[in-house]
Amino acid sequence: MAKRIDVSGLHVYYGDFLAVEDVSMTIEPRSVTAFIGSSGCGKSTFLRTLNRMHEVTPGARAEGKVLLDDMDIYAPDVDPVLVRSEVGMVFQKANPFPTMSIYDNVLAGARLNNRRMSRSAADDLVEESLRGANLWEEVKDRLNKPGSGLSGGQQQRLCIARATAVRPSVLLMDEPCSALDPISTLAIEDLIHKLKEEYTIVIVTHNMQQAARVSDRTAFFNLSAPGKPGKLIEMGETNKIFTRPDKKETENYITGRFG
Amino acid sequence: MSLTTAQPTDPGPGPGNPRRELRSGSLPRYFPPALLASSAAVIAGVLLAFSSFGFVLWGVLTALAYTVIAVAASTRIEGGRKAKDRLVTALVYLCFTLAMLPLVSVLWTVLGNGLARFDGYFLSVSMNGVLPGMDAGGAYHAIVGTLAITGLATLISVPVGVMTAVYLVEYARGRMKRAIMFFVDVMTGIPSIVAGLFVVALWILLFGPGATNGAAGAISLAVLMIPVVVRSGEEMLRLVPQDLREASYALGVPKWRTITKVVLPTSAAGLTTGIMLAIARVIGETAPLILTAGSSAVSINWHLFDGQMMSLPVFIYSQVRMGGAVNYERAWAAALTLILVVMLLFFLARMIGRLFAPKSR
Repeated sequence: MAKRIDVSGLHVYYGDFLAVEDVSMTIEPRSVTAFIGSSGCGKSTFLRTLNRMHEVTPGARAEGKVLLDDMDIYAPDVDPVLVRSEVGMVFQKANPFPTMSIYDNVLAGARLNNRRMSRSAADDLVEESLRGANLWEEVKDRLNKPGSGLSGGQQQRLCIARATAVRPSVLLMDEPCSALDPISTLAIEDLIHKLKEEYTIVIVTHNMQQAARVSDRTAFFNLSAPGKPGKLIEMGETNKIFTRPDKKETENYITGRFG
Repeated sequence: MSLTTAQPTDPGPGPGNPRRELRSGSLPRYFPPALLASSAAVIAGVLLAFSSFGFVLWGVLTALAYTVIAVAASTRIEGGRKAKDRLVTALVYLCFTLAMLPLVSVLWTVLGNGLARFDGYFLSVSMNGVLPGMDAGGAYHAIVGTLAITGLATLISVPVGVMTAVYLVEYARGRMKRAIMFFVDVMTGIPSIVAGLFVVALWILLFGPGATNGAAGAISLAVLMIPVVVRSGEEMLRLVPQDLREASYALGVPKWRTITKVVLPTSAAGLTTGIMLAIARVIGETAPLILTAGSSAVSINWHLFDGQMMSLPVFIYSQVRMGGAVNYERAWAAALTLILVVMLLFFLARMIGRLFAPKSR
């Protein structure tokens, strides 16, 4: 079940340094939202606050409200581990677990959470997740081989299959294609199109065409000045952002005049 | 320097200008080995002619002759840069040989002296009932003791050491972390005899004076092993990419499961190597074992809490102290056994490491 994300007044700090300032936005369910903006403007940092992954970095903390449907994920009694099984994440560099086979990688989320399941249920989950990631046909004959033997694009799709096997409601993608060739990128973009039927997808990308191709809504982040915290400048329908943005800054970035 | 070809009067590219010449003369591939062999032969001949042959002199003169001739020939035929390369190559090989010499020499001596008595009989009987001067007896009781004491020391120090390393890498922050790391470093430098004394004092407190047994020896070895396991384990755990931890967290996996199922398996090969190095460090310890496990046991004793226990290093020590010809033979054979045990352990560690290592095909 895809869920809506409502962010209001979110500040992110690294120690004393304010990295992202006052972001408020709504991310619609069953749609793709793209974050664009220059490097270091806080897109990835902000993305990681959506499943509390920033807490892995020592000293990082967030203030503000993030509602997943109606539940505040920063409420004091919320377990970050449970938040992350609800909000999955795919990273820039494909990171299948090197000690596990393809099969075990897909099941990692379920197995590592000690969820008991029968052999046939596990087989079904693996097949379903790999089919969902458009990878089944390519790997069905070598499920017991290590995941690190696949090509970069296949590894990334394996990571997406692994993320979806936990059955989250939101998928965060942090520049999932930046290390891939155009063909693999196309495969992942097709997959994103398919996945948005079921999931809420948020993708950070540096590739403007990619944002235009895959996303329904686009958010533009920028630094207010060098050394100042990043801010959400503008958010809207992708069409509108790319054709007639409200802010001059957005237009400059999109047309390649800076950043 | 003679590389004056970059003068302003440089006539530019031309047949007579060496600077534009990309190819230069080169010595044939077989030149270095041929030169080395011939200079070794010639110098051996000269030394024998003067009947003053000695291996050290021969080696030094050969190295010197080879270096001088090779560099001179290279300067003439190949030019300055290649000549420097030849000089440095010769130096590197020389240093490598110097580093290998003691190692080979030790192995050679131990093999030569130890093989005389190293046989099935030596490995399968103890010194029980062997009178001084008798040509009998073996090291079985010492092998048993070494395996039992080192085994218990490993059982104690691996969980403690690995868990400390996990704590340092995954949990500890700030002052606590610095304090623990400092004390681990201090412990690494503890002389082994001090570890032995510590356990002697502890045993006197717990069981009264004169209590020596295998467990005491194992604990003193564990005191020496733990810091080594912690330091190497810490390095290995740090090598696990943060990506993998994040990948696991992002699947909603709690931290302790991430550590046990992702971080530890990924670094298992390195952890095994670290543990083996720690075992190799303590398996040859003598001083703490003399203090704690005793040095007069002669019979086979598997019981770690009951009576004195012999071990291979202590066996070597006590045999050498007796000073008879047969004792020296036993000591060398025991030294060979100890080296073989360590080599076997390393071989096993390699196997285990390969078993755990991440595979990609």
